[in-house]
Amino acid sequence: MKDRFNLYRFASPATFYPLAGTLIPYFAAIAVLFGIAGLYLGMLVAPTDFQQGEGYRIIFIHVPASWMSMFIYLVMAFWAAIGLAFNTRLSGMMAQALAPTGALMAFLSLWTGALWGKPMWGTWWVWDARLTSELILLFLYIGYMALTAAIDDPRRADKAGGLLLLVGVVNIPIIYFSVKWWNTLHQGSSVNLTKSSMATTMLYGMLLMAMCFWMYSIAVALMRVRTIMLERERNADWVKAELAGDVQ
Amino acid sequence: MLKIIFAVIGRDLKLAMRRQADIVSALFFFVIVVSLFPLGIGPEPDLLRKLAPGVLWVAALLATMLSLPRLFADDHRDGTLEQLALAPHPLGLVVTGKVIAHWLVSGLPLALIAPVLGVQFDLTGDGLFVLTAAILLGTPALSGIGAIGAALTLGLRGGGVLLSLLVLPLYIPVLIFGAGAVDATVSGLGGEGHLSLLAAMTFASLGFAPWASAAALKIALE
Repeated sequence: MKDRFNLYRFASPATFYPLAGTLIPYFAAIAVLFGIAGLYLGMLVAPTDFQQGEGYRIIFIHVPASWMSMFIYLVMAFWAAIGLAFNTRLSGMMAQALAPTGALMAFLSLWTGALWGKPMWGTWWVWDARLTSELILLFLYIGYMALTAAIDDPRRADKAGGLLLLVGVVNIPIIYFSVKWWNTLHQGSSVNLTKSSMATTMLYGMLLMAMCFWMYSIAVALMRVRTIMLERERNADWVKAELAGDVQ
Repeated sequence: MLKIIFAVIGRDLKLAMRRQADIVSALFFFVIVVSLFPLGIGPEPDLLRKLAPGVLWVAALLATMLSLPRLFADDHRDGTLEQLALAPHPLGLVVTGKVIAHWLVSGLPLALIAPVLGVQFDLTGDGLFVLTAAILLGTPALSGIGAIGAALTLGLRGGGVLLSLLVLPLYIPVLIFGAGAVDATVSGLGGEGHLSLLAAMTFASLGFAPWASAAALKIALE
């Protein structure tokens, strides 16, 4: 980095490993700060909803989790495309490192949605278009993780998983719209999720929580990618040097 | 181009005809799964008529899944697949031929036997016709999408279960519109829109899926 800053330098695990190590505390700290601010705004400042009472406050977890679950799939598909196009090692590792977090977000979104639905709609689950497509998204995450786990050769796992992600990302709009049409055909939309107006404090609380979830996801993905790098490159010199340094 | 596709179809059909038991067992799997539902739910004709499209379609998805692992596995085992990949023709065309052949031995028989099972579920004339048309139009998409999954899981441990985990979520649109076509016809709305969408999905998947499968096969053969 003497002459000029080159981003591609970090495409190698040997250089990305220390970079990720330095970045993790920052992302974690930002996540905590945003989390404190968001929870404070959401739990204490935001007014009680006149229709839903206090129960609505679960959206400060629910909505960010849903956003992240969709966003992480897109990011994984992005890394998959990069990995397949340029044959880079790190891209596949990033995709694999993100997958458990994405699945966790999808699960959290469904779980908090059920907790919210019971007092509000009187039922844990309805076959609403959004709920159904979120469930299918969770299935796609699980399929990806199962496929990469079943392949022993890490390079093949990366490529096969990447191809599956790209196929999935093409299919997501098709699945979403078919579920939507199916839902409107079978039953009238009994529940309307969209609120006409939302207090600005609620919106800001939600955005802060979304930032918190985002930063958390980055921090956790970086931690996971570091372990993946160590595991895969265990025979490389830099890993041996790294591990020897840890022992001393 | 067509010559290659037809050559592959001819070869795969010939191989399938040597092992007719495979085709027949997938077909009877379909029949048995469909017959289990009335036993589980009860014999009321109104209820069965309502459930028929969904039950038949889910059974069709499962029956297609059953024959998918063999799509590439036999050729992979005896080395034919590597020779096909080394051949000067694009691998995508070869896969297109294999997908069509797979549909001819797995999807087409399902469409032919579906009306008989539909009668057991007390479907009427129009409903039966649309059911057959929908299965005829939709199953090629199942073979196409399934080929991607079969190529990705080629030679892996627990390939069959893994395959269903990967492919079944992607089958959901076909299921929705396939069953929806029959539903819409029975309720008097007309199923043409659903059938058009099914046809669109079939053509899209026959156009794109073989190339994705070819890419997956190249990954698997590396």
